[in-house]
Amino acid sequence: MVEKRRIELMLCAGTGCVAGGAFQIIEGLEKEIAARGLEKEVSVVQTGCNGFCGQGPLMVVIPDNIFYGWLTLDDIPHLVEEHFLKGRPIEKLMFTPPEEKEVLPMLSDIPFFKKQLLVVLRNKGIIDPEKIDDYIARDGYVAIEKVLTSMSPDEVIEEVKISGLRGRGGAGFPTGVKWKIASQQKKTPKYLIANCDEGDPGAYMDRSLIESDPHAVIEGMFIAGYAIGSSEAFIYMRTEYQLAVDRMKTAISQAREYGLLGKDILGSGFDFDIEIREGSGAFVCGEETSLIHSIEGDIPEPRQRPPFPAQEGLWGCPTVINNVETLANVPVIITRGADWYSGIGTETSKGTKIFSLVGKINNTGLIEVPMGINLRDVIYDIGGGIPDGKEFKAVQTGGPSGGCIPADLLDAPIDFESLQKAGSMMGSGGMIVMDEDTCVVDVSKFFIQFTNDESCGKCVACRDGSEALLEVLTRITNGEGREGDVEFLEELGETIKDASMCGLGQTLPNPVLSTLRYFRDEYEAHIKEKRCPALVCRNLIQYYIDPDKCIGCLKCLKNCPANAILGELKYVHIIDQDKCTKCGQCLEECPPKVSAVIKVTGNDMDDLKQLSEIIPVPKKKKKKKTE
Amino acid sequence: MPKLTIEELRKKRESSKKSIYLREGKFRGKVTVHMGTCGIAAGAREIMNTFLDEFDNKDIIDIMLTSSGCAGLCSEEPMVTVEMEDSAPVKYGKLTPDKTKKIFNDHIITGNIVEEFVLGIGSERVG
Repeated sequence: MVEKRRIELMLCAGTGCVAGGAFQIIEGLEKEIAARGLEKEVSVVQTGCNGFCGQGPLMVVIPDNIFYGWLTLDDIPHLVEEHFLKGRPIEKLMFTPPEEKEVLPMLSDIPFFKKQLLVVLRNKGIIDPEKIDDYIARDGYVAIEKVLTSMSPDEVIEEVKISGLRGRGGAGFPTGVKWKIASQQKKTPKYLIANCDEGDPGAYMDRSLIESDPHAVIEGMFIAGYAIGSSEAFIYMRTEYQLAVDRMKTAISQAREYGLLGKDILGSGFDFDIEIREGSGAFVCGEETSLIHSIEGDIPEPRQRPPFPAQEGLWGCPTVINNVETLANVPVIITRGADWYSGIGTETSKGTKIFSLVGKINNTGLIEVPMGINLRDVIYDIGGGIPDGKEFKAVQTGGPSGGCIPADLLDAPIDFESLQKAGSMMGSGGMIVMDEDTCVVDVSKFFIQFTNDESCGKCVACRDGSEALLEVLTRITNGEGREGDVEFLEELGETIKDASMCGLGQTLPNPVLSTLRYFRDEYEAHIKEKRCPALVCRNLIQYYIDPDKCIGCLKCLKNCPANAILGELKYVHIIDQDKCTKCGQCLEECPPKVSAVIKVTGNDMDDLKQLSEIIPVPKKKKKKKTE
Repeated sequence: MPKLTIEELRKKRESSKKSIYLREGKFRGKVTVHMGTCGIAAGAREIMNTFLDEFDNKDIIDIMLTSSGCAGLCSEEPMVTVEMEDSAPVKYGKLTPDKTKKIFNDHIITGNIVEEFVLGIGSERVG
């Protein structure tokens, strides 16, 4: 007998919502529900990442399908009484799109969710990731049953080949082909490694996948192991991903308990087990040969390929390394069939892709979309556009290895080839949106700083090349750019690409090269005119108080951390440029109606009317009442 | 927990499906207990509990049981609306646990409206 529950509260317990207090909200809800004697009919379910991270902590009320965001402990008593007891949903906690007035009560009404297609994240928000029975109920482990009872390893490989699945870690190598190479190797044992070493700034796809559906990854790993003839597998995760690591540990032990991992699985005679290896967060460990060295206990540095890991990998044995998202696709391909799967996406890129949508975007969150969707749909329909009515400038896909894509390519489809053609790459799925206030030179500098830090140092081109790129970019943003810098960046970038051994070095110049391709004029402005068009680079800008607008209210003066503002009440304020640290606090403080503080750059700085001493605020001319 | 055979895994899947049924959003009917202040004062809580017990006893999962605010006929509370697939909603009034059980057995299980307790059939029009 199953106990009848009226309501289930699907509380997001992904990392973002947990940081926002989801566990405290769960506890508060359970207490309040018990206090009202509703514990038999209303239950709280903790789920993995719901995806709409910008609204967290959040929940979805089942069966009404009502979405509540930005929950606080104070909301709970009212919510429980009104909605869960009396059946009156609370409008105040529902989602209202920015710049609109009408609330959207149901999850299915919210545009963020509408254009998504959930294949890999099919169970997100529906199951409790710490309960194997929830996964099983959603046709979990059907694929294992199917391969063990009716498919040979070669048939499994063939099915995955036909599906068109390509690696989701970034490079997009056909998964079935990789498996085939490993399966043909004579040497044993063979190993399988799931790569969950996600290091891109702003990316959290792999972590969220594990946090919301760890069994999907386990099932995918099992099928890969069966296909290539491997009984020993590792999942390599960042140790900082504590929640994901914990959920994976729980999932593995539950699967072992049920006999879905271990010896003689489901009486088939096939053995398979998984060990977690925690990496301590070096970006280069996401590269497969470095990752193998790390598992072996060696210094994580890449090595020359070939031989490829599928031929000679972990401890010299054939090893398949797949990204966790790639693996989570596999059970669906097996249960629903390669033909169904290959019906999604474009000619060369099949299926869906998970992205983390961050930066200057209204709806920050984790999304899954069919390959071939265009960037405009992602940024404007799902992402809800750019906040504060600003202009879209570019989107960086693929993190530090990718490039930026400008506004005039917004209608390009998202697939492996077209992103590459645009000078970027799919990467693992980070998508950082930039608005008009972003300086592309500054952003490039940020990414190069990151890769320069993370370069393992083995290849000169990557180690010293990134250093030289950083030096020049720093000079340019400091206003010390020289004639020839742009050409030097281009030449050096191409050289680093050609001369580096692994993916880290081969892709690190991408942010610089792609911004040079689309925003060359901004580099030129920095170098030739000492001007930062986005008004970001501190050495190239000045804050200035317009004497015709200043009302002498003292707000900026009092809040200036550098004491750089001169003035008195009702006297026009002046910024002492020698003291100013360009923190921008005065711009924030100046009342919007006054807007006397402005940022200027380049020649504009010379044209400003500079006061030598403070003068009284001129009296406003009174408007004539009658003509 | 002993290791599962394929048969046992399949059985487990069937039983687990029931426990997450609510989340799949497929229902063939909906029972709404009106739980405004008037309803609660008139005993709606007891009606809700009776339904919960009956659903439990008969192991019925594909009918949504929910609450809503006052339906506007406070003198007839406690009230319930039963909406079965492909038929007009039926409102019952002045309920007791015994009447509730009868409605559950006759209307929800068997599909026969309990005429004697009916307040009205169909929805009010929103004009």
